[in-house]
Amino acid sequence: MQQLRFLGKKTIDLISGLGRAVILLISALIHVPNIRKGTPLLIQQLYSVGVLSLLIIVVSGTFIGMVLALQGYTILVGYGAEASLGPMVALSLLRELGPVVSALLFAGRAGSALTAEIGLMKATEQLSSLEMMAIDPLRRVIAPRFWAGFISLPLLAAIFSMVGILGAHVVGVDWLGVDSGTFWSVMQSQVDFNKDILNGIIKSIVFAFVVMWIAVYKGYDCEPTSEGISRATTSTVVQSSLLVLFLDFILTALMFVK
Amino acid sequence: MTNFESEAQLVEIENLTFTRGDRVIYDDISLSIPKGKVTAIMGPSGIGKTTLLRLIGGQIKPDSGKILFAGKNIPLLSRADLYEARKSMSMLFQSGALFSEMSVYDNIAFPIREHTQLSEDIIEKIVLMKLEAVGLRGARNLQPSELSGGMARRVALARAIALDPELILYDEPFAGQDPISMGVIVRLIRSLSDALGLTSVVVSHDVPEVMSIADYIYIVAEKKIIGHGTPEQIRLDTSPLVQQFVKGEADGPVPFHYEAPAYRDELINISAGDIN
Repeated sequence: MQQLRFLGKKTIDLISGLGRAVILLISALIHVPNIRKGTPLLIQQLYSVGVLSLLIIVVSGTFIGMVLALQGYTILVGYGAEASLGPMVALSLLRELGPVVSALLFAGRAGSALTAEIGLMKATEQLSSLEMMAIDPLRRVIAPRFWAGFISLPLLAAIFSMVGILGAHVVGVDWLGVDSGTFWSVMQSQVDFNKDILNGIIKSIVFAFVVMWIAVYKGYDCEPTSEGISRATTSTVVQSSLLVLFLDFILTALMFVK
Repeated sequence: MTNFESEAQLVEIENLTFTRGDRVIYDDISLSIPKGKVTAIMGPSGIGKTTLLRLIGGQIKPDSGKILFAGKNIPLLSRADLYEARKSMSMLFQSGALFSEMSVYDNIAFPIREHTQLSEDIIEKIVLMKLEAVGLRGARNLQPSELSGGMARRVALARAIALDPELILYDEPFAGQDPISMGVIVRLIRSLSDALGLTSVVVSHDVPEVMSIADYIYIVAEKKIIGHGTPEQIRLDTSPLVQQFVKGEADGPVPFHYEAPAYRDELINISAGDIN
């Protein structure tokens, strides 16, 4: 009986939480944007959410590209197929690692920061005080942050793939001696714009939506105490990471399985 | 309600009932807040005094009853009308609720920039006037993190009066202040009310401070209004509950002990349990 009640409570919490998240998103995003006031807010957030995440994205992208080249080379060279190193690296990055790893890093770097920031604004009554000043915190605080992340992540994922390929070039060509012309030309012939690049971008757009939605919702809905904020921050990272990996599976199945 | 009945009321609360979960916070209370006066709402902590301010501000909705602000029933207003009504009220939060990423100057300029089309020159003049009123003109370039608690509250007060509201809701303005900043805030509330004709609602449990500035006092306890009147009338109120609160006695109608089984039984049971 006790367990049944517990299960029921969890289910109701889950469903009402989902409902609140949908309402939050709709009321934050569906309104006529005010270009004059909105633009500076968006630019400020693009900087703190996007530009400040650049370093971690570039460094991780480089190393992942280098590792891919190293691992790929040792396997491919056994079959005398090291000419395929270029497309192997490029396809792994564009289709999977670029969107997925940058979404995971983004959730950890920007998502958690947003949740904590919004949660703290709630705890210090800044959101309430906006409301009392007749300024909608959903439009003023939530919407610019959401859009900034939504715009940033696909760009960051593209940068991630790009520096990854460059990192692979450094290891594969400059260090291990794969021919540079082969590296690029085989990559060019094997990578299809629609199938590989566009699908990768679609993936990162979906991930951006999910990560930002979770981040702003968790911050806005958190219990306004220090424990509440820390719990919300943790669950932003955990939930968005899991959801990104799960959605990646679904999207891959839809996109690449005939 | 003696001499206030003839005067204009800015806020009128009629038969308000509010519950949170299973807990009843207010059970059918009515009160009115006269224009241009300082009205205090006192009561022990944890009985929902802040909730009352949030109800007046329309941040939460009551289960039943009317909350009239300048004749408009706040709980029934559409979102746009509610936001319009809020432009003529403001609230001073207990924490000050300053925006941490903006300087003192920008905090005060913020509501003016949001709601008016005034040029920066005029905004600067208004901000300086508001800062002068709270005595912090010299602090305009500081960040909120550099302010002491008392200063933060004064900056928040300057921001609250930035758009010259009709009504200011003060949430525990004296809580956690040292005697000097307490004195400053007491003086500010009174003088803002007198000079600008503001209507003030002060929610507090600091009896002497409230007694010194309020024109009219409501004492709330046990979901009801247990007493109201001018500070003089409150002092002479015969209700034991009011007297316990005003005099700050530890025991009385509000018992010192939280509800518990008999002390003796509990101690005996513990030692019996140990032996087994």
